[in-house]
Amino acid sequence: MSIALNLKNKANKVMGINPEDARISKSYFTVTFVALLVGGILGLLQGLNRAGLLELPSWLNYYQVLTAHGLLLILVFTAFFTIGYFYSVLSHNLDGLLPKVRKMVWIGFGMKMVGFVLAVIPILMNDATVMYTFYPPMAASPMFYIGLVFIVLGVWMAAFGAFIQVANWRKRNKGTHLPILSFFATGVFVLLFFSSIPVAIEVFMIIPWSFGWMETINVMLSRTLFWAFGHTLVNIWYLTAISAWYVIVPKVIGGRRFSDMLTRVVIILLVILNIPGGFHHQIIDPGISEAVKFMHVFMSLAVGFPSLMTAYAMFAVFERTGRKKGAKGLFGWFKKLPWGDVRFLAPMIAMIAFIPAGAGGIVQTTNQLDQVAHNTLWITGHFHLTLGMTVALTFFGVSYWLVPYVSGRILTTKMNKFGVFQTILWTVGMSLMAVAMHLVGLLGSPRRTSYSTYGDHATALGWDPYLIFLAIGGTILIIAVLMQVFAVFHLMFRAPKGESEFLIAEEEENATKTPFWTERWSRTILIMLIIVAMAYVIPVVDFIGDPGSPPWRTW
Amino acid sequence: MQMHKHEKIWLTLSSAMIIGFLLIAGYQTFALELGPPSHKETIDPQKVDETAPFDEPGVYQTGENEYEVVMTLQIFSFTPNEIEIPAGSEVTFTMTSKDVTHGFQIAGTNVNAMVMPGYIQKIKQTFNEPGEYLILCNEYCGAGHQMMSTTITVK
Repeated sequence: MSIALNLKNKANKVMGINPEDARISKSYFTVTFVALLVGGILGLLQGLNRAGLLELPSWLNYYQVLTAHGLLLILVFTAFFTIGYFYSVLSHNLDGLLPKVRKMVWIGFGMKMVGFVLAVIPILMNDATVMYTFYPPMAASPMFYIGLVFIVLGVWMAAFGAFIQVANWRKRNKGTHLPILSFFATGVFVLLFFSSIPVAIEVFMIIPWSFGWMETINVMLSRTLFWAFGHTLVNIWYLTAISAWYVIVPKVIGGRRFSDMLTRVVIILLVILNIPGGFHHQIIDPGISEAVKFMHVFMSLAVGFPSLMTAYAMFAVFERTGRKKGAKGLFGWFKKLPWGDVRFLAPMIAMIAFIPAGAGGIVQTTNQLDQVAHNTLWITGHFHLTLGMTVALTFFGVSYWLVPYVSGRILTTKMNKFGVFQTILWTVGMSLMAVAMHLVGLLGSPRRTSYSTYGDHATALGWDPYLIFLAIGGTILIIAVLMQVFAVFHLMFRAPKGESEFLIAEEEENATKTPFWTERWSRTILIMLIIVAMAYVIPVVDFIGDPGSPPWRTW
Repeated sequence: MQMHKHEKIWLTLSSAMIIGFLLIAGYQTFALELGPPSHKETIDPQKVDETAPFDEPGVYQTGENEYEVVMTLQIFSFTPNEIEIPAGSEVTFTMTSKDVTHGFQIAGTNVNAMVMPGYIQKIKQTFNEPGEYLILCNEYCGAGHQMMSTTITVK
């Protein structure tokens, strides 16, 4: 390393984050939490409507609200947090961002904002009430799809920026392992880039069709391309969340991280196995044979393996750390955990939530069980556990120290208490809602449907007691949303100034050396592409030439 | 790869569980014929009304205690609607969509299938318990999606 760089590196460690890099993360976090605020309010409106307590005005219908809620929380909240978080990681880990990379991620920011405005205008005008899944042959206004193109391009700019930063660092540090959080970042951006290719193809099929230049569109092909992206996306947020579990949580509890080698193996497995997982959204679709669907049960279940490795790793770290602090007996370590520290509590509840959430995921992946749950509120309950608890609570937990870190401020004891209370409220609200959704889903209540008694049919009336919990949970959640948004902006602009630490746990003592093959991303990507080809070539080729559909506007 | 003994046991159990799940799903699909609805025929979605059998949707008896319901789904209804069949019948639903993507679900049963324009979907169910079952669309299909329902009465 050159002397100048060495100096810069030291300065980075001592003086905290470069202010220009900090501005990037702060801007991304600002959008993240504004999206959470608006998306949360829209969520409350839906919960109240679905419980039969609130009739929405005619100028703002349930499905418009639902489309915006999905887009804001599944796309904007998660994507902006992930990019803001990992760019602070890249800056901290890899000697500050290169000027070129900084420029790229700002251009990406601008493109995503433009895309987002273009997508939201037609939603507000009720010209794109097609849900965030926008299944053809429902056709929104072309402006909506053009907005999506800009969002994808913006994400690509952020991904390419990260690749350049990583490649540059590796050139300067030959023979050194990429620091673990940057390794996670690389995995996430590889998945973001490759999974958005299918949806980009889909949108490029849709645009000429929505303008009327093409008469029909292949419905099953579009749907399959969407889910190759859609399911990978949720796993990207999950991979982002577990980066905090493996690296940050051990530091918060005063321990060391789990085996570096096994951590990297989990990342590689998640990158390789993820994209085919999307197929289990199509288990009861026509046009796909039972044999192909069965192959995909295996492909989806395989993702469970690295998750079960993670479960072991987390509890191993907790136990080891607890015992080092003098815990006795089988479960004594449990009491040694810092339950009163929001930076631990929030991701810990996130992990615990992933136990039922992951089990529910395995249910939905399995052909016959999915047939019971498909498109019922069970599914909605599932992703409010995964995204709404596992991912969101991890992000919140990170925000309580990362936002002060990038803002040159500190998390006070008082704010920590506030955070603990907020985490508990969120947990109570989301659990009530998610459990009720799972149960009523099993009874047959459909997702994505405004309140309906289906002509006072006895079966539908039997769902009402469960649906009340959507309103109760939603009301508790909106308080937690308001508190979280307040906390983030307080920590960004108002909290006492001071130096915070970027929380990264050390490797375990006497760790075995991680073999260098883990650094060969070209090979990881090649294996990933082979698996994707195995999963998708047969069904996609099968769909080509199927009769197409003209565009419909049914709202 | 250096791994703690407990972790090896845990991961062996994990793999066994995943494979077990897979084997059960496979056995149910191929040996017990409980596979998910996966019919592969296609149809021109703009000519559903002129294409057999959908030119005459209805309930047809195909054998003793066996019925076929030929059904079209369109915003925001099922044709035919308010179906009646005797208890103990095995009913095959043969369906397609005349417009956008719909879902066909009979609450309180395992009948659940996506019905897409351009494709014919089939699903089979034996109705032993008499009663009035609620059929509903479980895929968002437009402004009246929450009204898209009908019933099947088993006597």
